[in-house]
Amino acid sequence: MTTHTKYNRLFLMGVVILAGIMASCGNREELPEPTDQTPTPVEWKKPDHFPDPVYNFSANPLTEEGIELGRFLFYDGILSRTNNIGCGTCHQPQVAFTHHGHELSHGVDDLLGKRNTPSTQNLAWNTIFFWDGGVHDLDFVPFNPIGNEVEMDETVPSILEKLRAGPRQGAKMPVDYPKLFKKAFGTEEINTERMMKALSQFMVTMVSATSKYDFYLMGDQNALNAQEKEGVLLFEQKCSSCHSGVLTTDFSFRNNGLIPLRINDQGRFEVTANEEDQYKFKVPSLRNVGITGPYMHDGRYRSLNEVLDHYSKGIALFVKSGSPAVKTLDPLLADPEKPGIPLSEGEKQAIIAFLHTLTDEVFVKNPKFKDPGIGNAL
Amino acid sequence: MSLSIFRHLLLATAVCLLFSCHKEDPTPLETGSIHIEFDNVVGDENLVLNGKTYTNAAGEEFIVSKLDYFVSNFVLFDDQGRSFTIPQDSSYFLIREEEKKSQIVTLNNIPFANYVAVEFMVGVDSARSVSPIEKRKGVLDPGEDLGHSGMYWSWNSGYIFLKMEGSSEAATSANGKFYYHIGLFGGYSEPTVNNTRIVRVNFGEDKASVSSTKIPQVHLFADILKIFDGPGTLLKISEYNSIMGGQPDKAAQVADNYKHMFTYDHTH
Repeated sequence: MTTHTKYNRLFLMGVVILAGIMASCGNREELPEPTDQTPTPVEWKKPDHFPDPVYNFSANPLTEEGIELGRFLFYDGILSRTNNIGCGTCHQPQVAFTHHGHELSHGVDDLLGKRNTPSTQNLAWNTIFFWDGGVHDLDFVPFNPIGNEVEMDETVPSILEKLRAGPRQGAKMPVDYPKLFKKAFGTEEINTERMMKALSQFMVTMVSATSKYDFYLMGDQNALNAQEKEGVLLFEQKCSSCHSGVLTTDFSFRNNGLIPLRINDQGRFEVTANEEDQYKFKVPSLRNVGITGPYMHDGRYRSLNEVLDHYSKGIALFVKSGSPAVKTLDPLLADPEKPGIPLSEGEKQAIIAFLHTLTDEVFVKNPKFKDPGIGNAL
Repeated sequence: MSLSIFRHLLLATAVCLLFSCHKEDPTPLETGSIHIEFDNVVGDENLVLNGKTYTNAAGEEFIVSKLDYFVSNFVLFDDQGRSFTIPQDSSYFLIREEEKKSQIVTLNNIPFANYVAVEFMVGVDSARSVSPIEKRKGVLDPGEDLGHSGMYWSWNSGYIFLKMEGSSEAATSANGKFYYHIGLFGGYSEPTVNNTRIVRVNFGEDKASVSSTKIPQVHLFADILKIFDGPGTLLKISEYNSIMGGQPDKAAQVADNYKHMFTYDHTH
């Protein structure tokens, strides 16, 4: 061995050590070992005619494996105490992730909730969640139905234990969650952050932006017929101060003149304890509204006709009712001469025709959103 | 020759990189640790769960079945007038009466000094209460430790700062129990009351000296009788068997009380 090659070897060793030091300085989490199991990144595309999303994608980059894990978690009843109530039990894809036909949903042991199931569509734009706005970050949304005694009645620590235990005896479809977590996140570790981020990954893919109305907005004048176009104009005049923009909601909380039911649900007030918030509920998006009945926060109306009758006739009755809820009635509905929204029968039919153009067949039939076979639609 | 220069450069770079790895440490090597013990008491008695009967300022007898509270955002003050703020990521603790080891808070990387006072927050500050899920680790993870003690409101996102439960003949509830769950960090999009409270406890004539040979243990008392009686309110179980998020004004009065429940006992 010559001196020269000895030095060269030393030099090479030096390079290796130096590289090692450089690597050790970095944050290991940011430098995953590239393996053939690295999750496949998915680019989340904002529809051109939509505003920028609210969800922070940079903290939770979407991957095929993450979304797939989220889909399993979304439908699996393992999230409930009784192992049969999944998110998908009340958020069913074929009706835009609502609980079609249910005024109030039933969770574990058929216990009834107090509000109508809201849709989980277009959550990437949601600034605030639930009818009362008690949660403000999508990653924290699942804690609420999981912990609710009449929904899933479970705790996250218990779910994490069940997930870590691997395929569950007696499950409708035994799922190897440690393996799915490894595919999605690189290791088999199952923790709160990973579980919630996987659920969010799946949920933010639920984008409804391909209804007839969307094609109309994007410039296809023939996407809507004459009555539907008339409905668009009427909607813009009479409804869009609350159901505003392409998402058809301004995410505000308003009292829309419903006489409280027996339980006297005070909505937003239960979160803020501000008397001005009594009986206020979040303005819902109307996307897919034609297939998501029954309507209102308590599911009291079966049809869109009834809803529009409420705004044109019902509010006057509400004001006369002397209900304690009258004092926070939304100012836009509280004209002292003519409370509510004046609407003729023809106008109502045009608005309803327009509302049906918000139905997004591509969205509700998208096979990527379907239950992989583990869920229970009850 | 050029190879030799390159080798020197390599060595120099390696040395630089080695040191640059430690650049982010804010303080020099002269640091140690301090323990702060939160000893829950009832007047001059030690608190015993589910057993002893105590009497509050309103003369009501009660038994305590649960006492948990968050302390966070610690700051130490030394005898030179300097303060040292514990980095926030290492500054959240859940004190649980059921779990002895939770009652001793250990603060690390503390500069050597003679400390004369400590400041901390009861509760979880609003910034952390709205931080993303990757920032909710350890006692702040709503899906781990917290799930067991239930110090998180999932329907109205936020931590419960102090939870005291028990039973009393004075309670008007169906089961004779009382439930005080005090939270609310000030609100996310609309203001709510803010029940975090900053507490400062002076060590009197004592000094807690952090050095290479000594990890001082500062022993604080947390007197739950003060939760019932303080500058905020004279709390009667007969009037309030439940205080949670729905009575923010009452909760704020209780917070004004618990701000004053901490006293210094000794250091060893």
